[in-house]
Amino acid sequence: MSFVKLSASALAIAVLSANAATAREQIQIAGSSTVLPYASIVAEAFGDNTDFPTPVVESGGSSAGLKRFCQGVGTEHTDIANSSRKIREKEIAACAANGVTDIIEVRIGYDGIVFASQIDGPAYTAFTQSDIFNALAPKVMVDGALVDNPYTKWSEFNADLPDAEILAFIPGTKHGTREVFEEKVLATGCEATGAFEAMMAAGMSEDEAEDACLEVRTDGRSVDIDGDYTETLASIDANANGVGVFGLAFYENNTDKLKVATMAGVEPTTETIASGDYPVSRPLFFYIKKAHIGVIPGLKLFAQFFVADELAGPDGPLAQYGLVSDPELAATQEAVANEETMN
Amino acid sequence: MTDATSIPAAPEDGRRKSSLRTLDARTRRRNAAEKRFRFYGLAAILVGLFFLVVLGVTIVRSGLPAFTQTVVSIDFTLSEEDYAKAEGQLFKTKAYEQIFNAALVTSLEERGVEAEFDAKAINRIMGKPGATIREHFRANEGDLGTPVQFELSAASRVDGYFKGRVTRDGFVDSRFLQASDLDLVDALAEAGIIRQAFNWNFITGADSGVDNPGGAGIGASVVGSFFMMLVVLFLSLPIGVAASIYLEEFAPQNRFTDLIEVNISNLAAVPSIVFGILGLAVFIQFMHLPQSAPLVGGLVLTLMTLPTIIISTRASLKAVPPSIRDAALGLGASKMQSVLHHVLPLAMPGILTGTIIGLAQALGETAPLLLIGMVGFVARGYPDGFIAGFTEPNSAMPAQIYTWAARADVGFYEKAWGGIIVLLLFLLTMNIIAIILRRRFERRW
Repeated sequence: MSFVKLSASALAIAVLSANAATAREQIQIAGSSTVLPYASIVAEAFGDNTDFPTPVVESGGSSAGLKRFCQGVGTEHTDIANSSRKIREKEIAACAANGVTDIIEVRIGYDGIVFASQIDGPAYTAFTQSDIFNALAPKVMVDGALVDNPYTKWSEFNADLPDAEILAFIPGTKHGTREVFEEKVLATGCEATGAFEAMMAAGMSEDEAEDACLEVRTDGRSVDIDGDYTETLASIDANANGVGVFGLAFYENNTDKLKVATMAGVEPTTETIASGDYPVSRPLFFYIKKAHIGVIPGLKLFAQFFVADELAGPDGPLAQYGLVSDPELAATQEAVANEETMN
Repeated sequence: MTDATSIPAAPEDGRRKSSLRTLDARTRRRNAAEKRFRFYGLAAILVGLFFLVVLGVTIVRSGLPAFTQTVVSIDFTLSEEDYAKAEGQLFKTKAYEQIFNAALVTSLEERGVEAEFDAKAINRIMGKPGATIREHFRANEGDLGTPVQFELSAASRVDGYFKGRVTRDGFVDSRFLQASDLDLVDALAEAGIIRQAFNWNFITGADSGVDNPGGAGIGASVVGSFFMMLVVLFLSLPIGVAASIYLEEFAPQNRFTDLIEVNISNLAAVPSIVFGILGLAVFIQFMHLPQSAPLVGGLVLTLMTLPTIIISTRASLKAVPPSIRDAALGLGASKMQSVLHHVLPLAMPGILTGTIIGLAQALGETAPLLLIGMVGFVARGYPDGFIAGFTEPNSAMPAQIYTWAARADVGFYEKAWGGIIVLLLFLLTMNIIAIILRRRFERRW
């Protein structure tokens, strides 16, 4: 039968090519879906401008990307992990346990996290961290006592907010954005409303109280979005009362559908984020496996290309897309050129 | 309710006797029930058809715009100095883009367009032409210094303006496009510089960065899917057919073969993501096969398709009448001859149907590809050669569609729908080939 012969040859090809292809030519990147757009812009430009193949960039969240990054050294593992937060001590330890010791940290710029809602929906135009905490925490302060969150409408705790059902779509725990949301919004709100004090007074240790501050209510008013921002956008589209957490760049690409709220009186723009006035922003990183430099062709050049003024600078395509460029880019460029590892 | 065992009351008079001429209440009820039943069936088909039509109309309506692209068509001359200057830079494509945009401004000023504009407006209107220009002049250095006609894609929002995605009312100025730019776009359209053209790049090109929807194409991932389907076909068909022939014709009936049969049926119901995890662990981390390669994708999908093929092949082997086998054996054929010469050819149409169902299912799978690196930004263009097609990183159609649907720029959403049309056409082609083959193998007795 001819297909037996054909399949035998296909098998032979498969085996042969498998042996030939263990030397990988392209750079493999995985990680944060917030960094993915920037990485894809740079990857395309890198392929167009150099003779190296276009890198492959996968998404999946900062934690997932760093986990894969830390699985070991060798061409079957990724070379670069994109992350929308700093790598954790725990992750560095996990890396080291698998032989990934020399890691180069590269900060590419800053991203703002904005609270946006349907453009025709209720007038969510100004939030403070306390408002978000009151809306989403499982336990809040009511008349000086820490009680289970009784609020169902925004106007119940802040008369300036619309009389609309509380419903928020926040990034899921595998996203780096979630950590920033917890630290810069929930934790700040927790302290500002006095809930932190009350928790400490109730006999919690400082660590326990800090952790308790970062929890969100589980009665369905706070919805974790594990996918990309398009999923959050779809949820907002379907729920007029919904408030969603987005990256600034995503919001700016969808200003015809979304309206943004100020945070503590500051409007999120590239300027307010660069100056540090807008409180909810975070640096974006990527991490390079130093052991792969010289093994994977063009890896170091890619990192240098990524942080070059022409790309990551204020006039580059990354800033054009929505990245807030790093004022200390020159230092980053030097660190990459010298292959400076962490610690 | 009366007791079921109670004897019905005797008829009071002769008129209660049933007659074939007049319909009594029970027959009428029975006929009505029959009519209702037929109506339910018809309604079910109509509901199905309705959703099919809605689906088809939605896909075509949302996807067709992806096949056209708003282009700026203009003669452009690149001097040797500019070429050398641009090639000397780190970000060459950006340099070409700047040279081109500057040339466009000059040329528009000379022609006198009836709208006020500045260089920034031109930058906002144009897409990312740098790569196209660089590619052209690198391949044709002889064209330096002479005018070359280019058709370069306009920015995503300008494209949206032509396709009705972006409208003047409710327009919000942003750094991507301003309301005054739309006047310029109108004037350029009047002058014939900006127009809509068939988007060949969408059919032949590869993926592009998130800031360049105009440059995105599905061609490379069609090739990726093609190579995956080759792997699936040439591994799962022979293995599946061999396994089913053995199980159906040769294997002894005992507990061991029962166990295998039960497990094959169970395997057909395993969620596809599980095969992805298996693929990552076995093919990439243990066997060190390349990441993001159609070969690994094909192997993973082969595992997924095998049970489908085995089950349908066994069913079609069973459907061959035993008399055929008996006759072959009776005339002195060996067991193998009876299977290969008589049973298998007769079962071929059924086997092909099963294979096509399995392949169609494999073609549309995204989940198993997530873990082996085929979902994401994989913009490698066409592989260099046949073997490279298996091993070089590539995406697959459903993965590409999924990636596009997740991007912030609405232009990519349209591409995702367009990709679905291409995917369906690919599927249709596969089905037509299968139908033709089945016709050729079909035998009646």
